[in-house]
Amino acid sequence: MAEPKEVWITGIGLLSSLGEGLDAHWEALAAKRVNVDDKRLAPYIVHPIAPVSFDAQIPKKGDQRQMETWQRIGTYAAGLALDSAGVKGNQEILSRMDMIIAAGGGERDLNVDIAILNADAQGNQPPGFLNEKLMNELRPTLFLAQLSNLLAGNIAIVHGVCGTSRTFMGEEASSIDAARIAVARIEAGQSDIALVGAAHNGDRGDLLILYEFADFALKGPYAPVWARNDRPGFAIGSAGAFLVMESREHAEARGAKPYAKLTRVVADLAQRKQPGAVTRSLQAMWPKLGVSDDNAAVITGATGAEPPTAEERAFLGEHQGLAVRATGTTFGHTMEAQFPLGLALAALSISRGALYPGNDPTGFEVEKTGAPTQIVVLGVGHWQGEGIALVEAVS
Amino acid sequence: MTGMGIVTSLGGGKADNWRRLTAGESGIKTVTRFPLDGLKTTMAGAVDFVTVEPFSSTGLSQRLAELATDEALEQSGIGSKGDFPGPLFLAVAPIETEWPQRLQVARTIAKKDFGILDFLAVCGGGQFAHYHHRFTFGSVALHLAETYGTKGSPISLSTACASGATAIQLGVEAIRRGEADAALCVATDGSVNPEALVRFSLLSALSTQNDPPQAASKPFSKNRDGFVMAEGAGTLVLESYDAAMARGARILGVVAGCGELTDSFHRTRSSPDGKPAIGCVRKTLADAGMEPNQIDHINAHGTSTPENDKMEYLATMAVFGDHTPNIPVSSNKSAVGHTISAAGAVEAIFSLLTLEHQRIPPTINYEVPDPAIPFDVVGNTARDARVSAVMSNSFGFGGQNASLILTREPA
Repeated sequence: MAEPKEVWITGIGLLSSLGEGLDAHWEALAAKRVNVDDKRLAPYIVHPIAPVSFDAQIPKKGDQRQMETWQRIGTYAAGLALDSAGVKGNQEILSRMDMIIAAGGGERDLNVDIAILNADAQGNQPPGFLNEKLMNELRPTLFLAQLSNLLAGNIAIVHGVCGTSRTFMGEEASSIDAARIAVARIEAGQSDIALVGAAHNGDRGDLLILYEFADFALKGPYAPVWARNDRPGFAIGSAGAFLVMESREHAEARGAKPYAKLTRVVADLAQRKQPGAVTRSLQAMWPKLGVSDDNAAVITGATGAEPPTAEERAFLGEHQGLAVRATGTTFGHTMEAQFPLGLALAALSISRGALYPGNDPTGFEVEKTGAPTQIVVLGVGHWQGEGIALVEAVS
Repeated sequence: MTGMGIVTSLGGGKADNWRRLTAGESGIKTVTRFPLDGLKTTMAGAVDFVTVEPFSSTGLSQRLAELATDEALEQSGIGSKGDFPGPLFLAVAPIETEWPQRLQVARTIAKKDFGILDFLAVCGGGQFAHYHHRFTFGSVALHLAETYGTKGSPISLSTACASGATAIQLGVEAIRRGEADAALCVATDGSVNPEALVRFSLLSALSTQNDPPQAASKPFSKNRDGFVMAEGAGTLVLESYDAAMARGARILGVVAGCGELTDSFHRTRSSPDGKPAIGCVRKTLADAGMEPNQIDHINAHGTSTPENDKMEYLATMAVFGDHTPNIPVSSNKSAVGHTISAAGAVEAIFSLLTLEHQRIPPTINYEVPDPAIPFDVVGNTARDARVSAVMSNSFGFGGQNASLILTREPA
């Protein structure tokens, strides 16, 4: 088998609760800014998307109307990534660009749902009442705003990314696998260039239902991820995080500059019924990265959910030299976007020659001076799935 | 491919499915699972002979996947019980909390005229924790990975109506990369519930020819008016050819090629010029290193919607040209309905059975051929034919196009 090709990150698209674009994120991270809403869905804490005019990346109002917010966030961030890679509007490249999206489901019409639930609670509804309510009150196109694979569909329609299109599902793990498969395909020569990413809208009462079933949703007051000892849980966050990944030779041939290279992505499915499984999973994956420097940095998507966060922290505690940054403190938990957000911030940090400051009153996130050359991205699912990646400076 | 298992509205297992499919029987019936008042479409290919307690579409999807996988693994003889030597690729419908569970939770709210925050207030505390575990998107894959001992992180995927084909494609790619010698490709759909029926109905995608239900799905017929929702599952064990030969496995067929190309025309409609579908078919032929005249049967996407079937003919004509009339075409959806997330795998299995039996299953309900679609449709009765290479097409919502070429022997 041929030598694996080097995979470069040549485009980054970020839209989140902090704002849009790389400069805005870099400045907000430096200022340790956090955008949190503890009122609208109180007692639950959410990180709403920053105000944005979607027109800049989704020019047709008709397209915007066909989407719900999660799709707008994703389609917008995907456009930013294409811009940043210098391939926006380049039909020759877009028509063969592969796409792997990690997606959950889109917004439900909460008004319709709550009306049905209230009517049912009052009793004596006829047998077909649910059918009739749904038939009469659901917006026909809402289905398309909800279907997981329609984020990819919208990116194809709006931006013309039309090689292959695959949507992975399964919360955090879906985005780890999206990166893993994209890297594997590029390394093996099965793909030259790929768009990989996810979108998440945290300002959603309907989404909280699933997590609150298992008491995962963080209730106020807000606290940083490492300071939730007595009140575990995650605040759902909002982000679109997209990356353009391509083989070094493809990038060089078109004169594209790398932010960083993505050296490895490893994923696991730990047997979580056993205590300590997450710690052991990370211990087993770590040597596969080839981290040569115990002074490397780690950007983790640690959720704040327990026990996985404590088990992850136990692993990190074994590597005292590491400068750790938890995206959950700043962005909340962005679920499917957790891992691409980590990759994006790692590549951004490497390209800026600095690791952004920690934001942690407990002192677990130590400061780091000097330009990072290796940043490890960690993703541990709140319920299942673990992954780890190595982002490095291009030599 | 060394193992396959299938469940559809026609029955459980390859034997029953093949017997009933080739006999021209239909699995479409009037729905009995829930009340039909107010619905425009009242039939579906529901799998009612499999039950799960308590019922949920996700639970049914999982059970169907297990049944298909048990059959496939038994046939393949690979690995050992609970220890499959490769990754899992699972095509599954998007998952969310379902209506019976939502209603059950809401009935515990004491307050009148409650809102979402009141609803959320009764969700926690542990009494409904099992609904989190059931309705996370990764739940079915987690269960299957634990049951069958697949290796690594299991992938759940959705490419709408092409999902089953994408699962196979991901398995093929992993094996070609040398990451694994075997892959478990599973596709399942148990989505016949009121909201799913309503949602497809609101998009005017479903047939409303409810009476008789078994005549509703009529691909390539002039009077076709939409697809019929259906449930089912298909599992394929993929192995590298060398590894399968080395362990003396019986080889059921070979994935000679796979291809994919996205349509950016519209969210639900295919590009009317068929260009993306044409490109998809061409990529698949190129991947297999085959010429159009080497394809001797097309297992069509054939949904029975007015647009799809016409576009599929135009795309086929564009690629196969003068060879088109020589290719017998059939749509399994006439008999089993559209198993959506499972369709690509279910139809790949029927394609393999076609290769094995040298018999093409019929497109039933083909009474009024559409003159705009002059395919050689294998109408109403099965046809014996020499078949060495089948193309199986999946063209779905969101511009998802994927095709497979399956052969008896390596090309």
